Amino acid sequence: METLEQIKSRLEAALPSAKIEILANECAAGERSLLVDAASGFAVAKFLRDDAQLMLDYCSNVTGVDWPDKELTEKIKVKQVVDGVEKEVEEVKKTLRPGCLEVVFHLYSMTLKHGPVVLRMRTENRADKTHLPSLTPLWRGAEFQEREIYDLYGVIFDGHPDLRRILMWDGFEGYPMRKDYVAPDDYEYEPTPHDEVLEAAKKCYPAEPKVEVKP
Amino acid sequence: MLSGRAESGGEAVIAAQKPFEVTPKLDESGTPIGELLEISMGPHHPSTHGVFRMDVTLDGETVVKLKPVFGYLHRNHEKIGENISYLATMPYTDRLDYFCSMTNNWAYALTIEKLAGLAVPERAEYIRVIMAELTRLQNHTSLIGFFVQDMGALGTPMMYAFREREKILDLFEEVSGARMMCNYMRFGGVRVDVSDAWLAQTKKIVGDYGKFLDEFEVFLNENEILLARTQGVAPISKEQAINASITGPLLRAAGVNYDLRKVDKYGIYSRFEFKVPLGETGDLYDRYMVRVLEMRESIKILNQALAGIPAGPIMDAKAKLRGFRPKAGEVYGRIESPKGELGFYVISDGGPSPYRYRIRPPSYINLTTLEDMCLGRKVADVIVILGSVDIVLGEVDR
Repeated sequence: METLEQIKSRLEAALPSAKIEILANECAAGERSLLVDAASGFAVAKFLRDDAQLMLDYCSNVTGVDWPDKELTEKIKVKQVVDGVEKEVEEVKKTLRPGCLEVVFHLYSMTLKHGPVVLRMRTENRADKTHLPSLTPLWRGAEFQEREIYDLYGVIFDGHPDLRRILMWDGFEGYPMRKDYVAPDDYEYEPTPHDEVLEAAKKCYPAEPKVEVKP
Repeated sequence: MLSGRAESGGEAVIAAQKPFEVTPKLDESGTPIGELLEISMGPHHPSTHGVFRMDVTLDGETVVKLKPVFGYLHRNHEKIGENISYLATMPYTDRLDYFCSMTNNWAYALTIEKLAGLAVPERAEYIRVIMAELTRLQNHTSLIGFFVQDMGALGTPMMYAFREREKILDLFEEVSGARMMCNYMRFGGVRVDVSDAWLAQTKKIVGDYGKFLDEFEVFLNENEILLARTQGVAPISKEQAINASITGPLLRAAGVNYDLRKVDKYGIYSRFEFKVPLGETGDLYDRYMVRVLEMRESIKILNQALAGIPAGPIMDAKAKLRGFRPKAGEVYGRIESPKGELGFYVISDGGPSPYRYRIRPPSYINLTTLEDMCLGRKVADVIVILGSVDIVLGEVDR
């Protein structure tokens, strides 16, 4: 198979408007990935599927990843004048990496038996702009997996034929796979008529004996 | 009007195959005569192989719409995996596809080995192959038992299948301590060594397995009811199967030669001689037959592995189980489990538990085209079609 750089240059020639970036992978055995902007994600995926040299006809795995806002700290040396003498002082510089939701596609070719090409797309933020193009029209195998990401992460896939919750029940609120999700204290509790009966029954019981505590 | 899959984006979706045209009887004004009946098959239905529901709309006995409903066994396995250590996830993987805990263990161990760069000793590789192929044997055997039971052959064939399965589960129990929840593999090897007596016993059981299959095939292959219920039912084309990410015996029944044991050659599969059985049309009979032939190939692999297993250590000396913190990075590892491509995707941030832990469950994704296969068929066929997909709800719902 071609290297990721070759694929990237061919993609850029075919789709000049696409913003493509190769992401490094610190794990040597793992694959690097192509980060594509959401607007041209569909066109890039279509190119990868239909290109005669790649023929990535099999979308194996679709995954969501949650990246919350993160404060990155960096130590930099700054020159400062202290008591009339110029000195180098270390300062901690804080930058905020804005959070996003990421969707990862692992693409293989069944015809040519090669792969994977890892394709990633990121949403603008984690709150209100969580739209990404659905690749289900290209690979139907992504249908349930995209529904699952919508269910557990809250990514909205535009162009998905049937975007509903799949593992959680309808009417569930929140996205449980997000890193900042907090489960309610007690899922099992629901008020029942039984509670009222118990409350009423308490009146009939003798009062609890007071125990005197000796000092 | 009644088609299950409505317009979907307009792009080149491979058209749903409909074995028969659905033609509800209409009156002059074009409205269907009689009512469409909407029924809920499952979640507690003996043929759904667990708690699985299908919302089926029927025109008489004919299926006009079918929507699978998941989640009854959902416990957010992936979230649990992200909050516990790498090693603690291993026993949880047993519960995914509880028929094939050995292959689940292997897929997870393989992924983490790739992430941390661990080697696996020769003997452990052989043991893994033996365990995986025994798993394939017992999974396919019991599946065929269930499959014919779904067609109405109550009891007898399934008991025959379970008798054989039990022999293999006894082998698992002897070596790992548990029949089904084996928790047997570790990053960089396996947990317990197998004894010579165990190997001899395995050889005997594998040697006898061919006879059992002969018997099974005599009873089933040309059985009139099996032929009538499976031949030509719910075929899938090659293109449709690939596009819908179908893997495993289902894919090979459609005629696509894609077996990860041959494609990825993970472990030591490149050393063994075996063939990949392929079907022609992808109908239920092909799916049945591919599984039977796969068992024959598994026996071949087992015989080679049992003959060639060397002595030596079973764990990589560098492997560290407690306080295991792989370097940052991400990997996707996959193996050919009996149900299809079982993949694990792990992102590590250098901490004691994975940042992201994801499973690619084969039987969940194989259900994508369930509706297409069932449209236009009778209700009784739905049960057999679902049986042929081979699902385990522990894996589907996770």
